[in-house]
Amino acid sequence: MASMRDIKRRKGSIQSTQQITKAMKLVSTVKLQKARNRAEQSNPYFNHMYQTVTSMLAKSGNLNHPYLKAGNSQKKAVITIASNRGLAGGYNANVVKLITGSGMTKEDVQVYMIGRKAKELLMRKGYEIKADYSDVIEGPTYDDASLICKEVLEAFIRGEIGEIYLAYTHFKNTVSHEPTLMKLLPVEFDEEELKEAETNVLMNYEPNEEEALDLIIPKYMTSLFYGALVEAVASENGARMQAMDSATSNADEMISDLTLKYNRARQSSITQELTEIIAGAEAIS
Amino acid sequence: MADNFQLQIITPDRVFYEGEASMVEFTSVDGEMGVYKHHIPLTTVLAPGIVTITEPGSKKEAAVHAGFVQILGEKVTFLAEIAEWPDEIDVARAEAAKARAEERLRSHSAEIDVARAEIALKKALVRLHVK
Repeated sequence: MASMRDIKRRKGSIQSTQQITKAMKLVSTVKLQKARNRAEQSNPYFNHMYQTVTSMLAKSGNLNHPYLKAGNSQKKAVITIASNRGLAGGYNANVVKLITGSGMTKEDVQVYMIGRKAKELLMRKGYEIKADYSDVIEGPTYDDASLICKEVLEAFIRGEIGEIYLAYTHFKNTVSHEPTLMKLLPVEFDEEELKEAETNVLMNYEPNEEEALDLIIPKYMTSLFYGALVEAVASENGARMQAMDSATSNADEMISDLTLKYNRARQSSITQELTEIIAGAEAIS
Repeated sequence: MADNFQLQIITPDRVFYEGEASMVEFTSVDGEMGVYKHHIPLTTVLAPGIVTITEPGSKKEAAVHAGFVQILGEKVTFLAEIAEWPDEIDVARAEAAKARAEERLRSHSAEIDVARAEIALKKALVRLHVK
């Protein structure tokens, strides 16, 4: 059995770790609340954007627009949103798994990376990191989103990449986050959603449809991307909150276990001392 | 008034404006437009400009840059990237942006993205004008 001193030292170290995890949990709870508010506030914009673009495409089904068909290149750009910091449970690993398990061949993938942790993981696995915008995740703004989108879109137009994907963690609610791989370009929609949108009134476009698409699709992409960024921040903090919560309760368990062990060790040492004293006293008398 | 329609101005950060209006005027890429109720369904792209909202009894102005408008008979929705009320505009910053854009346009060097500088200049002018 470990000595009393060892147990005590162990317990002390777990206690101080627990203090850290507790504090981190509180911090991420606050951050989560902020991020969630932001995500909720930007929701109406994306819903409208999605509706508008779906109904536009529903009516102009056979448009031969470059944004609506895959480029000639085999390359696929994957904009990956993860986090700069660890200690968030499986948050980063799950996003990476999404890419490795997507069935895309490694050589065809160009990663536009946001989040240093996942970048390290992907680099180790041998993926090509085309660009790194990790600082953006600290406080995503719409401007950041539109800058990054512009770069990716330019590569698409130059024909360097044929498809654009977005890998991020969808924020369902505080406890449930879902890693999601979404195709941004060429734009694709469910047949059913298209049918639903079709019942709307006949829409006119000014300037003409194609020019409007030219301008609206990049905005659509940017808005989806910005939405993903905001959600990813919320998911990251949610994931960290959960991870820290379970770490704190694990620490609690270990501490109570160690307290029990410590008390036992103390009791046995007292018993031993007593036996020794009694034995000594008996020997004298 | 019976001739009001639902007006929404939405930006990525917030719902900027939501309410009943009798008329809204804005700048599209093809020029200025005014919209009353029962306008034909139309989707058009916004240029940086001033949006004037005429509510029953009052008028409101705001600077809106980039985005598009979806007009349906009873409902008009702006999806704008940036929208600001006059009291939210930082005049000093707009002045600086204006000076910078003008400087860039004057220099005529090859690396300058003229279209971009022009947009920046327009945005700054709109901001100063609304103020």
